[in-house]
Amino acid sequence: MTELLQIVFDALSLGSLYALGALGIALIFGVMRLVNFAHGDFIAFCVFAMLWPSINAAAIVFAGNLPFYLLVPLLLLVGAALSVLSEVIVFRRFRNANPATMMIASFALGFAIRNLLLMLYSSRPKSITLWPSLSLPVEVFGARIPMLQVVTITLTLVVLAALTLFIKRTRYGLEMRAAADNFTMARMLGVRANSVILLAFAISGMMAAAIGLILATNSGTADINMGANVMLIAFIATVIGGLGSLPGAVAAGFLIGAASVVLQATLPHDARVFRDAFVYGAVIVVLLLRPQGLFAPKSAKQRV
Amino acid sequence: MSQRRSVLRRTLVTPIALIVLLLAIAALAYQFGSRPINRTVVEMFINIMVVVGLYVFVGNSGLLTFGHISFMCLGAYMTAWLTIPPVMKSITLKGLPAWLLHTQLPMWAATPISGLFAALFALLIGRVIMRLSGIAASIATFGLLGVVNNVYSNWDSVTGGQGSIVGIPPTMNVWVGSLGAAVAIAIAYFYSISRSGLALRATRDEAVAASASGIDIVRERLIAFVVSAFIIGLAGALYAHFLSIVNPGAFYLRTTFITLSMLVVGGMYSLSGAVAGVVVISALTELFRNLERGVTLDGLTIAVPNGVQEIAIGLITIVILIFLPTGLTRNRELSWSGWPLQRRLTRPVPTAL
Repeated sequence: MTELLQIVFDALSLGSLYALGALGIALIFGVMRLVNFAHGDFIAFCVFAMLWPSINAAAIVFAGNLPFYLLVPLLLLVGAALSVLSEVIVFRRFRNANPATMMIASFALGFAIRNLLLMLYSSRPKSITLWPSLSLPVEVFGARIPMLQVVTITLTLVVLAALTLFIKRTRYGLEMRAAADNFTMARMLGVRANSVILLAFAISGMMAAAIGLILATNSGTADINMGANVMLIAFIATVIGGLGSLPGAVAAGFLIGAASVVLQATLPHDARVFRDAFVYGAVIVVLLLRPQGLFAPKSAKQRV
Repeated sequence: MSQRRSVLRRTLVTPIALIVLLLAIAALAYQFGSRPINRTVVEMFINIMVVVGLYVFVGNSGLLTFGHISFMCLGAYMTAWLTIPPVMKSITLKGLPAWLLHTQLPMWAATPISGLFAALFALLIGRVIMRLSGIAASIATFGLLGVVNNVYSNWDSVTGGQGSIVGIPPTMNVWVGSLGAAVAIAIAYFYSISRSGLALRATRDEAVAASASGIDIVRERLIAFVVSAFIIGLAGALYAHFLSIVNPGAFYLRTTFITLSMLVVGGMYSLSGAVAGVVVISALTELFRNLERGVTLDGLTIAVPNGVQEIAIGLITIVILIFLPTGLTRNRELSWSGWPLQRRLTRPVPTAL
């Protein structure tokens, strides 16, 4: 029983990360059909922002020493600013470009950001100690769960609820939904294209910062490549969930997280190293069964 | 009214011009280049093979692929299995079947076998994946990359796991490299003017109309998938001979995206674009590498900090794409009529993604 509970919590917390990542990608894809391959590097950038301005090997954490009520907003701001800047400087020039061109541009931007971090901080992982109290276990129905998992899951649920309210109940949310559904039509009806896209980038950047915070707390290190894996799975989750569907992206994120954890727990010992192969294999099978995604919106259907 | 010349006669000049250009680069490097320059040029030829292989699939089908580097991985490891001396294999790769453990083939035999192995694998997996279209197909190829990388990184007794396999004979030079690139260009050219290539481009431009005209989309895509896997498998084999070690990390996301960037920067729907993208990016990389080492001007050595090379390449890629969204060649081909670049596509074709 306690083991089962442990698995459930592992699955939920890993799924939370993937769901947040998938949301960050799906939001931007929804409004401008851009698969933002720089998202993983945004995550890494936010983590390294905590080390600023120190670039020593034994990182002297500056921002990371701030109390959490200052650190969290600061990081969210950094994420949003980076994301908005990249839209203003780079992606705005690709409004009418082929999606493949945009995708490669986003990859090139991520490549530049990653190598900038590499140049400043070198490839050696740095240790960051954030809130050590979060790694202490808490007792939940007899199972010992790290506090961080509980916090991660709660935070993700809060973020999801807030975002849902924002998208369903506010004017800006309505505009974003309209833009995601049919961008041209939304513009004809008075939605400002640039402001909607900027908003999507800002929220997506904050998601990246949130993921960065969780990853840094969890692993205690800052590593150049820490965003890449989340980004990859998040991208896959966005497609499996049905491109353009935000709930689909979240659900698929949780699904992939759960599949990874369950496979890790149930596969025979020798096969455990091949867990990712099973996950990717399952992705292919899901796509074959439902090429349009598990929760595809009606608007995604191609008209002839 | 004069009869229209055949497709072959109208377009044959493109591959010939490209191959002559590459031979000229090889000759220059061989005659005047230092050892590092020769290595850069060999690496460029291998990248040309990979990107031309990508072009065969992406350019003709319009589907983006993230999975083709797994064929490079298959080719490289197959070459390693075939060419490493049996004495070394029996120590490091104990899990190989006995017949493979005791064979040692020369490079000229092992390389085509590696290509065929990759093509065979593509035939099997492609029968499944090619049913998908649009972004679902792209993500499925991503899944393929993930599976292959995971298996090759962890099947310790056969692939050496995360570590590197050493001992592949280092028999690469600029001439072998340029031969490989020429073979890749020739295959890609003959595929793209073949019946299947024309049919596949029809499905790329107008899937519904092509399908209504009796084109079997899945079959044509599968053919392109296998042909491109063969080319990239060859490239992987030569890459193994070039470095003389193989390592699964070399065939993952970084290589995938860098080769895709080269294709898009050059122009993803033209063979000339595929070659041009690699040549330009390789030249820029080499330029910045030299700048990092330092340039002496009037006895004054100026060097840019290490790491600037990658950042600059990323930024230059963005700038090129901002001004030429369809790539350096704007999807046109090298040819005599309308020298130097002839317009082939009248409008940019939307890709699936």
